[in-house]
Amino acid sequence: MDEPTPDEILARVLGPAAPELGCDECFEQLDAYVELELSGAPADARVPGMAPHLEGCPACRDEYESLRALAAEDPR
Amino acid sequence: MPTATGLLLPSPALIPGPAGDADDWLAALAPEAPERERAIEALHAVLLRAARFEVSRRRASLAHVRGEELDDIALQAADDALVAVLAKLGEFRGESRFTTWAYKFALLEAGVRVRRRAWQDREVVLDSDSWARLAPSSPGPDAAAESAELLRAVSECIRRTLTPHQRRVLVPLAIDGVPIDVLAERLGTTRGALYKTLHDARRRLRAALAERGFPIEAS
Repeated sequence: MDEPTPDEILARVLGPAAPELGCDECFEQLDAYVELELSGAPADARVPGMAPHLEGCPACRDEYESLRALAAEDPR
Repeated sequence: MPTATGLLLPSPALIPGPAGDADDWLAALAPEAPERERAIEALHAVLLRAARFEVSRRRASLAHVRGEELDDIALQAADDALVAVLAKLGEFRGESRFTTWAYKFALLEAGVRVRRRAWQDREVVLDSDSWARLAPSSPGPDAAAESAELLRAVSECIRRTLTPHQRRVLVPLAIDGVPIDVLAERLGTTRGALYKTLHDARRRLRAALAERGFPIEAS
């Protein structure tokens, strides 16, 4: 694995500047957020704090990416 | 019905299915519903699909683990997710499709298991001093030099500004790359509690750097 660049380290240490959800709130609202995104609705406006949290929490981001990919496979 | 993940789902005639109405799922899973057992089996199949999907996506981190064990990880994740979903049916608010809501429980269980398995034999240094080596010693181009100066200041603020507990959480997570679920297990706490500590530490660092004149947006 490549060594992280100084900018990557800074991003991980300092995290997002914007107000963000916690992990529990993220989990609670993740399904709604994903479906808003898939439907083209303004997900970030409807679920404020989600995008910064996904930027700052790699574990929640993994789950978001997988949920989005899975839900996109299902017929709408 | 073959899916993009290569799995066979039960016949749609037996269950509401991924596109099925949430009300159909809730009715079939109700305690008195005559078809409850079949609905639970169908729900387990949905959760197992999600768990296998997650294990497959993360298998690069488990290159040393045999396929049988990977499938066992997915099955255990689906089993635990089924318990969680059935216990939380009353909390489903209908803000997404039922299956999307259910998937997230299986993804969480599978993701946590994969991260913990990947770190099972690795040491987590709880009082690591890796923050002290943040700033590169060799000079680089101008842009890199700016980052290096900021890194030196971050290193100093980690030492002077954070509490020992905040350092104990921030350094493994943000510098050493320890997954949050692994650190939570080693410290006997939860992902949510650790992230709250990480968030508070980050805010404190941002404020300290802004006070020192670095162009950092305080959160």
